[in-house]
Amino acid sequence: MAVPKVCGLETEYGILVRGADNNPVTASALLINAYTGAATEQVAFDLIAEDPRRDARSPDPLDPYEFDPELEYTPVNAVLTNGARYYVDHAHPEMSTPEVRTPQEAVVWDRAGEEIIRDSLKAAQLLIPDGAELLVHKNNSDGKGNSYGCHENYLVDRSLPFGKVISAVMAHFVTRQVFAGAGKVGCEFPGAQWNSVGFQLSQRADFFEEEVGLETTVRRPIVNTRDEPHCDASKYRRLHVIAGDANMSEIATFLKVASTAMLLAAVEDNPTMEMPALANPVRAITQVSHDPSLQALISTYDGTTVRAIEVQWQLFEIARAWVEQTGCDAVGAQDCALALHHWENILSGLESNPASVADRVDWVAKQRLINAYAERHQLAPGSAALRAIDLQYHDMRPSKGLAARCGLLSLVDPAEVDRAKTKPPESTRAYFRGRCVERFGNDVIAANWDSMVFDLGSDPLRRVPMDDPLRGTAELVANVIDNSASAVELVAALAEPIR
Amino acid sequence: MPDRIQRKKSERQNEEVIEAEVAPADSPALDDLDDLLDEIDEILEENAEEFVRSYVQKGGE
Repeated sequence: MAVPKVCGLETEYGILVRGADNNPVTASALLINAYTGAATEQVAFDLIAEDPRRDARSPDPLDPYEFDPELEYTPVNAVLTNGARYYVDHAHPEMSTPEVRTPQEAVVWDRAGEEIIRDSLKAAQLLIPDGAELLVHKNNSDGKGNSYGCHENYLVDRSLPFGKVISAVMAHFVTRQVFAGAGKVGCEFPGAQWNSVGFQLSQRADFFEEEVGLETTVRRPIVNTRDEPHCDASKYRRLHVIAGDANMSEIATFLKVASTAMLLAAVEDNPTMEMPALANPVRAITQVSHDPSLQALISTYDGTTVRAIEVQWQLFEIARAWVEQTGCDAVGAQDCALALHHWENILSGLESNPASVADRVDWVAKQRLINAYAERHQLAPGSAALRAIDLQYHDMRPSKGLAARCGLLSLVDPAEVDRAKTKPPESTRAYFRGRCVERFGNDVIAANWDSMVFDLGSDPLRRVPMDDPLRGTAELVANVIDNSASAVELVAALAEPIR
Repeated sequence: MPDRIQRKKSERQNEEVIEAEVAPADSPALDDLDDLLDEIDEILEENAEEFVRSYVQKGGE
């Protein structure tokens, strides 16, 4: 049985300081502190329970010589009242949305993350020297071979063998870039000439070297095996997806999440289902990305060749059949209907007249700007102005960002996005996290995805476990939180059997 | 795969629920390129060469 597709997005933003010391770590810290300093409470995120080295393919501890552990330096690491984690990851500001229950909610809290970044920029600009300027981009590459991620997370049934998880998503991750790619000028594939590709679908495709693996910063795999469920590991996995672009189009974000969630649920419900399989996914992911004509033929496992869009039509049919046959509770009926609608229209549009999806698909929107600008000014492919347009498409400054100007359709209500800057989703344990930070922030000394730690004064520290992402919802805990005048009262009330 | 597309078009459900959220393919937003290019001329980073050169990020994740 498919488990509810609780999901979330983690976005690392590009950051740059002009006119002052360009240190991305201190700039990221400044950006985040400028925001959280203005907020009333600040709660630290607790890393103790994190173990990014655990591998879904093996229950054994890793050979320490085989894997170089990532040293995480996190000078700033805050939990927000909306349940998100806002922190410095390596040399980037990163926003992890709260866990949400539907793809539309994922868009709402991802967009709220963007607005928090914009508020942060405004506040941080006041703290840096006159003449200096802070720039933040929601992109995944600097055009010089350095990449940073936009990761997705999906709750998956632990009883589904990991090999089935891989088959559910591999062909999708290779081909979904036809609608989810954010577009890029030039090529960063290791060893290739930068100008060997004029324009490609994806920011990220050049950086994948393995089909399946544990790493995220080197030898990047299309399917990441990090087995760090942040919840009851006997019931669930968290599929950690690193093969995707950060989208500016709300519809692209929505469809990326919804399509992936539906395919995972379809395979959970029917593990013996035949999924499209590719002969060489690592080669295919760049083949597809490097071909905006969408005509490239990629090899399938059974020895034929196929276009990426044809694979997408097969996956669409699998998702549609699953929706029709199951009632789609795991993802939500309304979200599934909306996703199938957009999926079908976008694939049809890409086949008949790609320009017709420039209002929904980022790479098409960006390519259209670049081609038109090149024509107006007689610019050669890959010239600096066109690369600047590529970067500026993702610029978070309202005065500069091009994505906001090129007619992308929106999917969610701006008022809902505004509310989601400070309010958590009601449908997951993120509600409990966010409301506790909001109401009892002074007494919360640490928070993790799956627990909160309170300092109640006289007693030892009290840890409240949150092992089930579907508990701690508004329905279950809103009354308890609202009726508790203090963290002491809250923890006492929680000791009653409400979870 | 024209046959598959044809079939699906006749089978669409939920169309009325969500039609309002998607503009037609020839929406005005897609036609205003000249104005948008004028605006890009105004707001594009002044020294594009220098901007692109200085845009260096550390790898992440």
